[in-house]
Amino acid sequence: MTERPGDVLLEARGLTRHFGGLAANSNVSMTLRRGEIHALLGPNGAGKSTFINMLSGDLPPSSGTILLKGDDVTALSAHRRSRIGIGRSFQRTNIFPTFSVQENCVLAAQSRQQQPGRIFRPPLQNEAVVARSHEVMALAGLNHCASQIAGTLSHGEQRQLEIAMVLATNPAVLLLDEPLAGMGAEESSRMVDLLARLRRDHAILLVEHDMDAVFALADVITVLVNGELLESGPPEQIKASPAVRSAYLGEDEGTDYA
Amino acid sequence: MTRFFRTFPMIAALAVLLVFPMFGQIFYTELVAKTLILAIFAMSLDLLVGYTGLVSFGHAAYFGIAAYAIPLLTPAGAVNAIWWILPVSVLAAALAALLIGVFVLRTKGIYFIMVTLAFAQMAFFLFHDTDLGGGSDGIFLNSKPTVTVFGLEALTLENPTHIYYFVLALTVSVYLLLRWLLKTSFGHILIGIRSNEHRMVAMGYNTFHYKLAIFTIAGALAGLAGFLQVVLTGFVTPEMLAWHQSGNVLLVVILGGIGTLIGPVLGAFTFIALQEFAQGLVDRWQLVMGIFIILVVFALPGGLAAIPARLRRRLVKGADND
Ligand SMILES: Nc1ncnc2c1ncn2[C@@H]1O[C@H](COP(=O)(O)OP(=O)(O)OP(=O)(O)O)[C@@H](O)[C@H]1O
Ligand SMILES: [Mg+2]
Repeated sequence: MTERPGDVLLEARGLTRHFGGLAANSNVSMTLRRGEIHALLGPNGAGKSTFINMLSGDLPPSSGTILLKGDDVTALSAHRRSRIGIGRSFQRTNIFPTFSVQENCVLAAQSRQQQPGRIFRPPLQNEAVVARSHEVMALAGLNHCASQIAGTLSHGEQRQLEIAMVLATNPAVLLLDEPLAGMGAEESSRMVDLLARLRRDHAILLVEHDMDAVFALADVITVLVNGELLESGPPEQIKASPAVRSAYLGEDEGTDYA
Repeated sequence: MTRFFRTFPMIAALAVLLVFPMFGQIFYTELVAKTLILAIFAMSLDLLVGYTGLVSFGHAAYFGIAAYAIPLLTPAGAVNAIWWILPVSVLAAALAALLIGVFVLRTKGIYFIMVTLAFAQMAFFLFHDTDLGGGSDGIFLNSKPTVTVFGLEALTLENPTHIYYFVLALTVSVYLLLRWLLKTSFGHILIGIRSNEHRMVAMGYNTFHYKLAIFTIAGALAGLAGFLQVVLTGFVTPEMLAWHQSGNVLLVVILGGIGTLIGPVLGAFTFIALQEFAQGLVDRWQLVMGIFIILVVFALPGGLAAIPARLRRRLVKGADND
């Protein structure tokens, strides 16, 4: 099967998730296409991470359907969703702090190659996996610290590693939960460049509070407030929307939107 | 240099262990053999506790099941070649671990501790309260397994010195095998599960399969220790599966240093030495033992295996100050 830019990869239909009496997501629908960066905005506690958790399989939805390339994957466990091409990064950095940068990437790439014989070799002797780790370290700008212990990296570098590990698993769909959070200006602009390059071959869902980055990257923007979809459309429409302004952007206009 | 400092003490210790029976009394030869068996048992538990983050409180079950397999599978009076009785006994423990693992590995944290204990208690009462394995008295072996190579008797397992070398060879083999295993991708996957299972799942690992694999391997190696214990003592009792046996081996791992292979070995020697010393000294030897373990846990996080690294750090700091 060959896919062209514009193909729908992931589709969420009417996703709802309750935590006790709290509706963290109510009837949220979204379409992610290859070649598109779809930004998901909303104030703290709006339900953005909950939405990603449902798409990645970390949280079962209370109701609703998730389709990958037209197949219903709502009931698949998180590890199977990763295997069929849904990759996610975490809002709170989620790396293996005692392993080196490369070992982290190798461990991620290794998950795609589980022939019984291969896993009983030292990880750095597995050529295909090591090659993939070099590719993603280069993409994420981590080549200079490949052998450094991940726990000793700067915060920004750990965020880069977080992304490198997702890429190492060769996902078609990228669910990125605040990839720029806590990054310095330089690291941040490098990450924006990387995301722009990844757009071509991936469908990307970007949760981000950095509005400059969002408006620089997003093809489509969806705004979530109190778990409900407020408005969805191209950036110009969202910028101009009175509903978004009053409900969200307008709250602290001119300053940080988050 | 660091490689030398790491391997030299090990080679020296091995040399001491090799010549030891030529000088010590039989009592001590048997005591060290018992210690090495405990070291294998503790290394197997550390695969779960230290490397995969699975705190099993029922590891004695597999130790005991392999032990009971010997009298149960050998018709009375038959001469048992070790070449089949050893694998069969280890396999019995592995199979038990595989079956129990399928259930217990669906739980996490405190629940995992409780269900591993519950399964071990079931195994204990199975042997303690039924006539299957001689009830609460246990069973004596009629004869020890025979070790023949090309029809010649290579070792006599009636002889404590022969048992000692047999146990020593297996201890070293298990140590080397695990050292290799933990350096492979499989070992890294286990450490990944301990460190952050959620991330492993997000990267596409079916962590249940890996946990079941290591649970089975750990059960098999605990079984090997149980087998050797029976070869050493010549009898099997339900006490081998009792919960305080599971607790003791967990203490050995914590004492020695979890997440290392040498830790359980150091822990085993300390534990047995302490037991002998305290037992001779006072009636309430378990009290002395308890106090010592509390001291180690508080004064030496990382256990005995962490001492060299601490000393090195201390020395480096001292050199910097000069
Ligand atoms: N596991 C959980 N159990 C109970 N409540 C939860 C859970 N996860 C999230 N919530 C609640 O659901 C709501 C949405 O949380 P979520 O983390 O999805 O928000 P968010 O949009 O990602 O916010 P932020 O911008 O702060 O990351 C919050 O009120 C949160 O407290
Ligand atoms: Mg969030």
